[in-house]
Amino acid sequence: MQIKENLKEYDVIIVGSGAGGGMATKILSEAGLSIAIVEAGPYFDPANPDQMTQMKWAYDSPRRGRGTTRPFGDFDQAYGGWDIEGEPYSQVGETQFRWFRSRMLGGRTNHWGRISLRFGPDDFRKKSIDGLGEDWPITYDDIKPYYDKVDKLIGVFGSKENLPNDPDGFFLPPPKPRLHEMFYIKGARKSNVKVMPSRLSILTKRINNERGVCFYCRQCARSCMAYADFSSGSCLIFPAQKSGGQIDMFVNSMVRSVTTNEEGKATGVSYINKDDKKEYKLKGKVVVLAASACSSARILLNSKSKQHPNGLGNSSDIVGKYLHDSTGGGRMAFIPDLMDRKIYNEDGVGGMHVYSPWWLDNKKLNFPRGYHIEVWGGMGAPSYGTGFNVNAFNKFFGIPVGGYGDVLRKDMRKYYGSLIGMDGRGESVAMKSNYCEIDPNQVDEYGVPTLRFNYKWTEHEVKQAEHMQNTFEEIIHNMGAIALGNKADKSSNFGLTKPGEIIHEVGTTRMGNDSKTSVVNEFEQLHDVSNVFVVDAGPFVSQADKNPTWTIMALAWRSSDYIIDQFKKQNF
Amino acid sequence: MDRRDSIKSIMLGSIGVGVLFESCVNGVSNEEIKKTISKFQYGRTEKEKAYDKKLFSIQCFNKKEMKTITQLCNLILPPNEFGSIIDAEVPELIEFMAKDIPSYETTIKNGLSLLNQFSIKNYSKSFIDCNENQQKEFLDEMAYPDPDLSSSEQKEEVQWFSLMRNLTMTGYYTSKVGIKELGYVGNTPNVWDGVPKDVLDQYGLSYEKEWIDKCVDQSKRNETAVWDNDGNLLT
Repeated sequence: MQIKENLKEYDVIIVGSGAGGGMATKILSEAGLSIAIVEAGPYFDPANPDQMTQMKWAYDSPRRGRGTTRPFGDFDQAYGGWDIEGEPYSQVGETQFRWFRSRMLGGRTNHWGRISLRFGPDDFRKKSIDGLGEDWPITYDDIKPYYDKVDKLIGVFGSKENLPNDPDGFFLPPPKPRLHEMFYIKGARKSNVKVMPSRLSILTKRINNERGVCFYCRQCARSCMAYADFSSGSCLIFPAQKSGGQIDMFVNSMVRSVTTNEEGKATGVSYINKDDKKEYKLKGKVVVLAASACSSARILLNSKSKQHPNGLGNSSDIVGKYLHDSTGGGRMAFIPDLMDRKIYNEDGVGGMHVYSPWWLDNKKLNFPRGYHIEVWGGMGAPSYGTGFNVNAFNKFFGIPVGGYGDVLRKDMRKYYGSLIGMDGRGESVAMKSNYCEIDPNQVDEYGVPTLRFNYKWTEHEVKQAEHMQNTFEEIIHNMGAIALGNKADKSSNFGLTKPGEIIHEVGTTRMGNDSKTSVVNEFEQLHDVSNVFVVDAGPFVSQADKNPTWTIMALAWRSSDYIIDQFKKQNF
Repeated sequence: MDRRDSIKSIMLGSIGVGVLFESCVNGVSNEEIKKTISKFQYGRTEKEKAYDKKLFSIQCFNKKEMKTITQLCNLILPPNEFGSIIDAEVPELIEFMAKDIPSYETTIKNGLSLLNQFSIKNYSKSFIDCNENQQKEFLDEMAYPDPDLSSSEQKEEVQWFSLMRNLTMTGYYTSKVGIKELGYVGNTPNVWDGVPKDVLDQYGLSYEKEWIDKCVDQSKRNETAVWDNDGNLLT
């Protein structure tokens, strides 16, 4: 097979254009380094009218927005999902891991919830606290300056709360709570659950002249045409291009492996162009993997050579190990007080205006790690599913359910906006026995060997999920609402989501000081190969009960500074 | 096959991909396909465009079935001053969903044919040829699920009617006329500044000073953010 080689040698090849790849692109290109971004999906700009879904109505879609081709609905901006045609993965034994991929410039940053939480000091030293997992090789103080810089560069709203493990930052002001959120506040406080303004990377106030200010359409999942929310393209890659960075973009390009030379150093990457299905090579002095935790692990494991017989950076046999996702659990409720409510525009920002950070001490509980609570509800835009089981709540009043005719109109109006939901998102314990590896029997449609997953929740996560369900039930009662459905019990692991479903998978190339028990050092540099870095969530030692994006970017910035320094010292 | 079994096979029968659209009527003209495609501009990828086009090129229900669906939807949600299920293009949505969710095709078709079997048995004519009172007699049999049973435990015809009701309701309330009737006023640029005062009063709620002091002052939203070294916002 003929492999086409590009003669140019880049300073840095960055694989993947999400949070980590975008940040590396911005910092490294602004230092004058020449960059090649290799992205598996197409070019995407939230301001491109041909790709835009923001401000569309349900009736602009022939299926009224149903999630047939996009799991979170027609208007969600993630090209991909848990299942992508031609890109399979497999499971070992009873594993039910779900791997979400978004194939587009900016990756999953185009549709995520913008929940932008710093890890706290305790989150970097969990083993010291509860004896489980491992401590990080860095502390909060090492990363704090980078969190500060990320806050100022990208913008995040929030409030000063002086909580020991939920550090404050440089916040834009948060929006006021919505009505159902005030019901939540009331109920949660009665249950002694702390509630505070949420922390989302959405611009409630101007931060520069390149990006707009939020105009409150609640559609951040559709990626903002005014660039008023964070996505990697709009906030990192496009600005880097504008400020004159030497950036070549290779889209629809699926990286197969990192290429190496006789000394075992990386020389670049080989990739498949999805359009002509041919293999190409790019040369680079440094390779930065930012393809997502599992994709980067896959690339490393597929980069076998005489010098790296177990895969690149895998002399420790740790690549792919310690894979872990956030735990998830939820409950919905009906608020009778909100029947026949006055209708006004309460879209607000794309996501909750209030949330509950972890509020308890695990020393007094039967599980080791915490969770936070997200809240949803209110008068959302009608889309496919609106009006289903329109008067199911009639049963709470002993009135017949169902029927037909004009009565349904009254029911529709009566119950609209009376629903509230709570979701717990918690920290799981990283286990060596939870991992991804190369499936020896399967390749994707580009001929690249695929991943298979081994994953089993432990009792820690199940007990945490049970605690979530008890908390939700109590808060629902305390806000005067009626819990819907049956309470999840032991038979369903207390409603614990399948691993991968919360889309916070991390840990596959974990960092550490010991090259026998970790894959990268504190600067996300492979212990085995000095010119290869991993700047996605792979290097996370543990993922806290905080969403990973802000930490991905703070670490990617810190590692990029290190790469620049190494270039200055002519170490590459 | 007795009635119960036949409906059971309707409700349980999800068809395999191999026989997908087998009974769908093909032959939508290219002109019509083009017209339909141009109506829906919603940021599709090339793959998604091709998928939609494929579905648009297939006609699933025949004329009589479409007529029955339309009459049924009209009974479920009769027209009023805001509009009708026709204005809301509910029958078109049901036609599309029967292709987008392949199991719906057989389910809906068999339900329609069952409806006609009932009406022929009782009145010796098909459902659409019955008068409205007669039609409503059939609906009365199917429209009220037992509140103590889960949806999968309901009688099969009740399940079928619930599906039709769901599709009618969602079709209407996601349409221009339905959204207007509901009164949803979002999906438009605005400066959100909290729950209206009269609404707070209605529920005996108020914003706490300590909380609201942290929140955005919308009159300053366009002033570029500047902080002191401790993260206090100065602007």
